[in-house]
Amino acid sequence: MSLLQEVNEKALARNIPLSVQLDLTYRCNERCVHCYLDHDDHGEMTTSEIKHLLDELADAGVFVLSLSGGEIFLRKDFFEILEYARLQKQFCVKLKTNAIMIREREAARLQEIGVESIQISIYSHRPVVHDAITLVPGSLQRSIDAARFLKSQGLRVIFANVLMVQNVQDYQGMRALANELGIECTLDPTITPMMDGNRSVLNMGIGHETLRQVFRDQALVGDVDEFCAVPAPGDENSLSALPCSAGHTSCYVSPYGDVFPCVQFPIPTGNVRRQKFLDIWRNSETMNEVRSIRLKDLNTCTSCTHVGSCTRCPGLAYMEGNMRGPSSQDCEKSFARTGIPSANMIAKKWSTANLVQIRALPGVPIIPAAGALA
Amino acid sequence: MSRLYLVRNPRAAARSLDGEMMIMSARDSTLFTLNETATILWQSADGATPLDEIVEKKICTEFEVEPAEALADAEALARELAGHEILQISEVPITLLQQPVGEKR
Repeated sequence: MSLLQEVNEKALARNIPLSVQLDLTYRCNERCVHCYLDHDDHGEMTTSEIKHLLDELADAGVFVLSLSGGEIFLRKDFFEILEYARLQKQFCVKLKTNAIMIREREAARLQEIGVESIQISIYSHRPVVHDAITLVPGSLQRSIDAARFLKSQGLRVIFANVLMVQNVQDYQGMRALANELGIECTLDPTITPMMDGNRSVLNMGIGHETLRQVFRDQALVGDVDEFCAVPAPGDENSLSALPCSAGHTSCYVSPYGDVFPCVQFPIPTGNVRRQKFLDIWRNSETMNEVRSIRLKDLNTCTSCTHVGSCTRCPGLAYMEGNMRGPSSQDCEKSFARTGIPSANMIAKKWSTANLVQIRALPGVPIIPAAGALA
Repeated sequence: MSRLYLVRNPRAAARSLDGEMMIMSARDSTLFTLNETATILWQSADGATPLDEIVEKKICTEFEVEPAEALADAEALARELAGHEILQISEVPITLLQQPVGEKR
């Protein structure tokens, strides 16, 4: 067991929130076509509210603090907050940004303050593709310039790419660019439904056949046979496992102080403007309900072949209507990886098949004649 | 004999996990957990208290150990922690913690 795993186990046993993502703002200077956020400011926490929250998070044992948004550099007090988090509260800080406001001066300041990593959203190595996603002309060039400034300061930079129909053809070129710059690169085919429940952005997903091909790219997954192997059936151990770290050793705080199990799990558990963070973390009924769920408690998934190896996101399942239900996007991933449909997909196919098989009785129209219902 | 002063590296990340110190190195983001002696050094590293005084007042009172042996071990440990950029060490008192970010050191 690695030291990090040991620390996680200890945090889990002691109910300590080891890592927290704090979104400082939902405002943004890009308008990414797949973004799930509403970019208006509905009353962000003030500088002093955020510092008070950081005090509470440090007291609660939070070690890793991810500052994200929206675009974090749009907050005029960003460096004041960062300095407080690092130098007064000694968090291990990770930043998520589009980086278009980072120039040499900002990069130097980040180096002085010390951050663990800076994750930059990059969708393609080609401006015509990237800028069409961010809807900001010149944004790719600015983000790449920023990455160079940060690298020249010796900082760890990660490119984060969301695979969509618009950019999937470019992921190899993007990885080559990252490689040339000495930058790590992550790919994620998951698109998150919008905060208001609108799921239309999911239409940008790359689809089964393309996902199947991506999962067979040796450069991405390593040993393709191993990665795409048929999973072993779930046993007692795997069924007792936790679905993920959300609500167990990690959680998310919005710019308005709302606490959720995860940024991708929008079930409200409390607000730090009205309650102490630790009170929410320890005593929120919703947080404790999320915390109580084991794989064996899931509805359809318990009987699924993929239960032991699935990347099922409980937040995406919640957004589909049931936090104990399947997450269809993860079903699609398991299917694309192994060629074996999930229990959820089979159930849906059956229900669809049943609908298709309905036949009208001879002489009885399925659709009532006009005026029949009047 | 010269004295050794220690100060926590402000660029290291640190948190006590139920009494056990977790430290992430400022140099390469390696994660460390500190044993009891190293935790005492970390918590006492204010840049003003010399190592021999930390050993005498906080280590020898806690563990049954010869002062000279404890000091030698503590110095080796302090140098190791400095090698990972967890502590900064000096033969003169250190006041860097008060220096605001942005000023040349």
